[in-house]
Parts: sequence; C-alpha cells; structure tokens
Amino acid sequence: MSREARVWLAICLVSGGFLLYRGAFSDAGLGRIYVKPVAARPTIDSEAPGAAAAADEVPQAAREAAAEGAQGNAPGADAGAAANPGGPAAIPAPLVGEGQAWETARRGESGARVSIPRTVGLWLAAFFTLAIFSFLYRDNPCYRFAEAVMVGVSAGYAMVAGFWDALFPKLIARLAPATSQFLTGQREVAPVEWWALIPLALGVLLLLRLAPRGGWLARWPLAFIVGTYAGIRLISFVEADFVAQVRQSIIPLAVFDRNGQFDIWQSLQAVLMIVGLLSALCYFFYSLPHKGLYGRVARVGVWYLMITFGASFAFTVMGRIALLAARLEFLFDDWLWLIDPLSRRGTGG
Amino acid sequence: MKQTIPWLIAALAGGVVIAAFFIPAAQPWQDRAGQWFEVLAGFAFVLGGANLFVMNLRKIAAQGPGWGYAAVTLVSFVVTLGVGLWKVGVAPRDGRTAWQGGYLDEGSALWWLFEYAYNPLVATMFALLAFYVASAAFRAFRLKNTEASLLLATAFIVLLGRTYAGAALTSFVPPEYSALTIPGMTALIMKVVNTAGQRAIMIGIALGVAATSLKVLLGINRSYLGSGD
Repeated sequence: MSREARVWLAICLVSGGFLLYRGAFSDAGLGRIYVKPVAARPTIDSEAPGAAAAADEVPQAAREAAAEGAQGNAPGADAGAAANPGGPAAIPAPLVGEGQAWETARRGESGARVSIPRTVGLWLAAFFTLAIFSFLYRDNPCYRFAEAVMVGVSAGYAMVAGFWDALFPKLIARLAPATSQFLTGQREVAPVEWWALIPLALGVLLLLRLAPRGGWLARWPLAFIVGTYAGIRLISFVEADFVAQVRQSIIPLAVFDRNGQFDIWQSLQAVLMIVGLLSALCYFFYSLPHKGLYGRVARVGVWYLMITFGASFAFTVMGRIALLAARLEFLFDDWLWLIDPLSRRGTGG
Repeated sequence: MKQTIPWLIAALAGGVVIAAFFIPAAQPWQDRAGQWFEVLAGFAFVLGGANLFVMNLRKIAAQGPGWGYAAVTLVSFVVTLGVGLWKVGVAPRDGRTAWQGGYLDEGSALWWLFEYAYNPLVATMFALLAFYVASAAFRAFRLKNTEASLLLATAFIVLLGRTYAGAALTSFVPPEYSALTIPGMTALIMKVVNTAGQRAIMIGIALGVAATSLKVLLGINRSYLGSGD
C-alpha cells in the first residue's frame, strides 16, 4: 500500500469513527427515517344517489373509528362499521389486514416511529452515492457495481412504467375490460374494443426481432412507429418551433413607451435581436458560399451563436453543480445529520 | 416486398397524422394512430428489456470478464420488474384495493427502489458531470480567437451573474446603469443575444426535422429498415 493510500485510509477511518461515535453515543443521531401511519380518509360512494348529502351525514364517531382502524388497530374496522348502523354503508373498511400505508414523518412528531426498510434504503442510497463519486478517484468495483445496479433498475423501471402507463390502459383495458375493472375499480365494464387487436399483433411482430427466424417482420411495426413519429414531429416542429418562432420574431424595431416617447434602449434591443437572428440564419444557410458581404454577415451570426453556446454552457454547469449540491446535502443532511438547513429534525428527538 | 410494405405502412401512418392536422374529420384516425403508437412504444420497452435480459444471460453463461456485474444487472432488472408489475407493497388506501393503487405509491417496493436506488444513482451520475465539465472547460477554453473569447466571456458572465458574488462585485454601479452590472449584463445576454441564437437554432432544427420526416414518409430515406434482405 502506497503512502498516499495509507494517508487516505487513515483519514477515512478517523472520519468514519468520529461519525459512528457521534451517531451512537450522542443525541445528534445518524441517518434514520421516521414514518407514521396514513390516516384513512373515509370515502363515500360518489356515484350513489344522494352520496354528497350522505357524506355530510356520516357520524364523526364513524370517521374517527375509521381513522383509528387505519393506524393498525384491527378492531377499528369493526368499530367503523358499527358506528354507522343502517347508514349509507359509506365508509370502506379501514386499512387493516391488507397492508398499511405509511408516510414520512418528522423526528419527534406524534406517532412517528423509525422505519427499518426506509432507513436501510437511506444507507443504501448513501452507499450508491459514494460508490458513484468514487469514480473521481479511479474505476473500481464499487463504482461498477453501482453502475450495474443503475442499468438494471432503470431498465426495469422503464418496463414497469411502459406496462402500467401504456400497455395496460391502451391495450389490456380495451381487450379485457373485466380485468381493467378489477385493477382500476371502475364501476362499469366497457365494451371490448376489437381494434386493439391490431396494435397487439404489431407488438407481437415487434418482439419477433429477438426470434431466430422471421425477424424481418419486425420491420412492419417499426415502420408504423417511424411513420407516426415522423408525422407527429413534422407537424409539431413546424407549428411550435418554426411558425411560432418566426411569428415571435416579427416585432416592431422602433419601440415607443406608454407616453408615446421613443424608447431607444428597447428599440436597440429589438434591432440587435433581429440582426442576430438573421445573421445566425445566414450562417446556417450553406447553399451560398460564406464569402464577401454574406460571409461577414454569417461571421456576425457565428458570434451570436458563440455567445448563445457560452450561456448554454454556463446553465449546464450550474445545473450540474446544483445536482452536486443536492447530493452533498443528501449526504450531510439526510444521511449523516451533520447539518439541518430546513430544521426537519427539529428538537423533538 | 420486405422494403415496400414497411414503407407503405410508414407513409400511411405518417400521412394520417399529417392529414388530421388539416382535415378535422380525420382527427379520430390520428387519435387511434396515437394510441397504437403508445402501445407499440410499450412493446418497444418490452423488447429492450428482453434484449437486456438475453445479453446479460449470455455474458453470465460465457463467464467472461465482468460477468459478475452482468449478474448484478440481471438481478436488479428482474427484481425491479417483478415488484413493479406485481405492485408489491402497494397499500390499500382511500377506498382503493392494493391492485388499484399506483405502482409508484409511497411505501411500495418499486417506490423504495426508485427512491433509494434509481434516484440517487442517476442524480449522482449526472452530478459527477460537474467535475468533468469543469475539467474539460479548463483544458479546452483558451482565448485563441474572437469566437472562443466570446464563448468564454459569456460563460463567465452568466455563471457569475446568477450568483450572489456577481451582484456583490458590481454593487457600486448606480441603479440607473444597472445594465452594466454583472446580473444586468446576464439579463441582457439572455434576453437579446441568447434569444436570437436559440431562435435561429430552433428554426434550423424545425426545418431539418421537417425535411427528414418528409424523406422518411416519401420513402427517400429507408435507413430505418436496415440493409439486405
């Protein structure tokens, strides 16, 4: 082990030891997440006749009982039902026996308790953050592990989102409305839409791309995707970018204020903007050689573009630095509890 | 056959979408095409996921260098997919059953993965770029010519103008000359020069996209169909 590595190891051990000591043996504490049960919101069958009026008539006792049941108190379910005998049967069974909904709470808040899964997640997130940052030193197994997890989780998440946001509502719900009713809680079963068989068939053809034979059939759905996308983009870009930008550029070059006085400053800005736009467009027009007067105009356009790129670069840097600050805040605030800029932990703990 | 039918499908689909813009009666066709497009985009995710699965499985089977990371990717992928599709940990609330809840509801397993794995990993990966952007800028930005000087000076002014330091450095300038302060110069750059430049770029992109789309729909560009057979 080199001298440099030994120094870094010593610094890490001392810092880690201090943080562990601080977290374990002082009141300051160390990365934990508190949760509290979500109070059930008594709901009414909104589609039933007179539901709105019935909602107002639900006894307060029933509401409280339902809320109590939601906090993991099993008898609360019965109490909620019993407190409303003969009523509109409006209060659903509280959240008992089917899992419990929890939400993040502040430390010291009434009813808040430490959540083991979320605390483990917090420490895992801290590990992932440090593992990615470790690449600044050099490529290492921790970084590559975190990178592999990121690829897997990202792909899995994209597939889940694709299924629940696109395939389910646009395909499955149309072909199997009963399933949709079970999964969405809709009251009425919609009729089957046989049109949905066409995208289903195209989708199956798309998957043939992975098959050893018949992969060429995947071109058909691909062509549909490319054609539709080309049509959508053509219209949206021409309408939103080309026409709208041209329209917004047709502005008066001589600007007068409310009193009818010539506003030289605003006029100068308008002229500079139009000159810049036209000269930059000249630079993008390659059908004419950039020589002579036209070349000089195009050169002015390049200056405008360089200033634009400089501003874009600055915004990119600021965005990345903001992200970096957010990650450091996560490490020092959420995980290590060294800082508390938003007073989220308060004094209750 | 293998080239003509796909082109006809592309031309028909794109033509319907464009026609609906000009003919209101064709609007339902456009809506239907949009729905099919979304379904196929969903299938494309499935295709991508299946491809990732197969590729990593092959790597693991071959036991080549780095196969352990392929296994990590595969396990992360399968676990995320499983808990997301089965809505593991989604709690019933507000009168909804667990199956009727959102797949990303707070407290669900997918939410946990999103919150404590996906988010920190992606955010840190992008935050890492702050160092590399700064490093690249330090090496690449030189006052070699007018264009490079303009770019460098603008970046410096805009960066400084969006911080408290920028305002503090030129706080001595009287309010009537506020355009000469660093925040004032930043505002001017953004309002006049940056608007002109961005507008020219957007017009150029729009024309480019329109031309490319037309080439695809007219069958002049069929590169998306691949080559051979």
